[in-house]
Amino acid sequence: MGLLSYLKEIFTGKQETPEGPKAPGAPAAKPAATAAPEKVKVAEAAEAKPVQTPADVKVEQKPEEKIMEEKPVADKITIGHVHMSGCTGCLVSLADNYEGLFTLLDNYADLVYCLTLADVRDIPKMDVALVEGSVCINDPHSVEDIKKTRENATIVVALGACAAYGNITRFARGGQWNQPQHESYLPIGDLIDVDLYLPACPPSKESIRNVAVMAYLLLKGTDEQKELAAAYLKPLMDLAARGTEACGCDLIYDVINQGLCMGCGTCAAACPVRAIDIVYGKPQIDRDLCIKCGACYTQCPRSFFNFDVINQFEAISEAIDAAMGKGGE
Amino acid sequence: MVLGSYKTAICARAADQDILAKSQDGGIVTQLFAFALEEGIIDGAVVAGPGDEPFKPEPIVATTRAELLEARGTRYTICPNMSMIKEATRSYGLDKVGIVGTPCQIQALRKAQLYPVGMRSVPDKIALALGIFCMENFPYQGLEAMVEDLCNVKMESAVKMDIGKGKFSVYTERGAVSQIPLKLTHKFEQGGCHVCLDYVANLADVSTGSVGTPDGWSTVFVRTKVGEDVWGKAIEAGYFETKDIADVKPGLDLVTKLANEKISKNQKTIEERAAFKNLRNPYL
Repeated sequence: MGLLSYLKEIFTGKQETPEGPKAPGAPAAKPAATAAPEKVKVAEAAEAKPVQTPADVKVEQKPEEKIMEEKPVADKITIGHVHMSGCTGCLVSLADNYEGLFTLLDNYADLVYCLTLADVRDIPKMDVALVEGSVCINDPHSVEDIKKTRENATIVVALGACAAYGNITRFARGGQWNQPQHESYLPIGDLIDVDLYLPACPPSKESIRNVAVMAYLLLKGTDEQKELAAAYLKPLMDLAARGTEACGCDLIYDVINQGLCMGCGTCAAACPVRAIDIVYGKPQIDRDLCIKCGACYTQCPRSFFNFDVINQFEAISEAIDAAMGKGGE
Repeated sequence: MVLGSYKTAICARAADQDILAKSQDGGIVTQLFAFALEEGIIDGAVVAGPGDEPFKPEPIVATTRAELLEARGTRYTICPNMSMIKEATRSYGLDKVGIVGTPCQIQALRKAQLYPVGMRSVPDKIALALGIFCMENFPYQGLEAMVEDLCNVKMESAVKMDIGKGKFSVYTERGAVSQIPLKLTHKFEQGGCHVCLDYVANLADVSTGSVGTPDGWSTVFVRTKVGEDVWGKAIEAGYFETKDIADVKPGLDLVTKLANEKISKNQKTIEERAAFKNLRNPYL
């Protein structure tokens, strides 16, 4: 993770030695099981190519004091970002958590695969795969990759609307395909089983953060935390089971026509392309603008509303803030 | 738990006579937002501002006391406040947002905070969420029919509408009052309200409504730490007159009774829907 530690230096001024100083005893507990070979590779790569510091970036050097990881982080989960045909906007959304991303990577998750941020070529075994983008089935490599993702990941998350529903890659390609024969783009759910959807274009940084924290609790938490995380993630799993198509029309078919709409306006706020106006108390959808990202339906309080989770909003928000180091201000 | 969890329940009204002059009941929402704005607790609030037709509100992001005052008073129709929530943080660039809403809108807000897929920069910027009691709501055309056809009052000449004591009342600018039994209004309710299981905005920081307290006063539930903090400061600064809720008539018993009525009626609707093949239950 050469680039990552470099970024971290820029943001926090912290100095992390590239060899990864081993506090005696502590990291011995680290599970060598999951992604050990890749980690070694990463470390080697970092050693071989020391990070170059541009002249205009001042990195505080504290040669005397070696800052070690404050506590053993043996129990991190492993997360990978798998990039299919998408615009990288979802990854940018993840990175938009800024310091929060470092907190996530410090305390809860190792980023074991990510074409842009981690120097790992082959899709390794991992706990959670965040898949961005749809799959071009005219490109054998993409098809191979999505299969391998399913095989190697315990939980596959469709990160963003392209992976979940095809989104803009499905009907608005704009003639930008890489090769002339590239024309068939499918949501990943059409090719493999997907455990969880995180729709929208892009899913907000906060929603990715919440799901990452909940995934950690689900895999590593106490029984109570596991129960909460499972309850939290269930509606997103139900979305994955619901199908691979989304549209602003979902509001009409599945909310208004179902007699459930009460005109709160949430869909209009959630829409990333302002395709929804509330006219006389109900959403009016401009279908020429709609990019079929599923944000409106997912965000609608009448698509799903799990009292067992949302009634605890105060405690959950506090817990997430505490997990991200924001509590007690 | 039909009243949701709350730390305290109070009978209160605004101390500011300007606010009370045109408020629906105790002027709680306007006064609390005005206080929060002055103190810098919020940078602005999403409220039901004036629209282009009489008694048809439009959600606005109020950033001044004057704008808050413009939004006083209940209009018994849909105002999609949640549609402005991302606008408030993204277009207006507010870091601390207040919002007032019906129970369903506050539910939508809390869902938006926990599952913010399409709500970038919203979850962490909600500084004060005020909820108002709500039995059901009416589409604008329904309200128009109630006022113009049943009450025989032009929308333009109405100055206040109120629901209470089993009646829907319209007050005109010339001082007349036109009333119809609430029963006659039921057919104008919007269908989406009939699956709602929340009467007193259980998920708000502070929720308020007229039921349970004398005319000109409001019942207030302080529910969360945020709510407790703001309410405490406002009381300390003398922004509200209060009475012990136990001393006022009809008191919390009536609130509980109405909440039970609403919830059991709507629970029944949800059960009836379940008898059909393809009608969805959003709460499963």
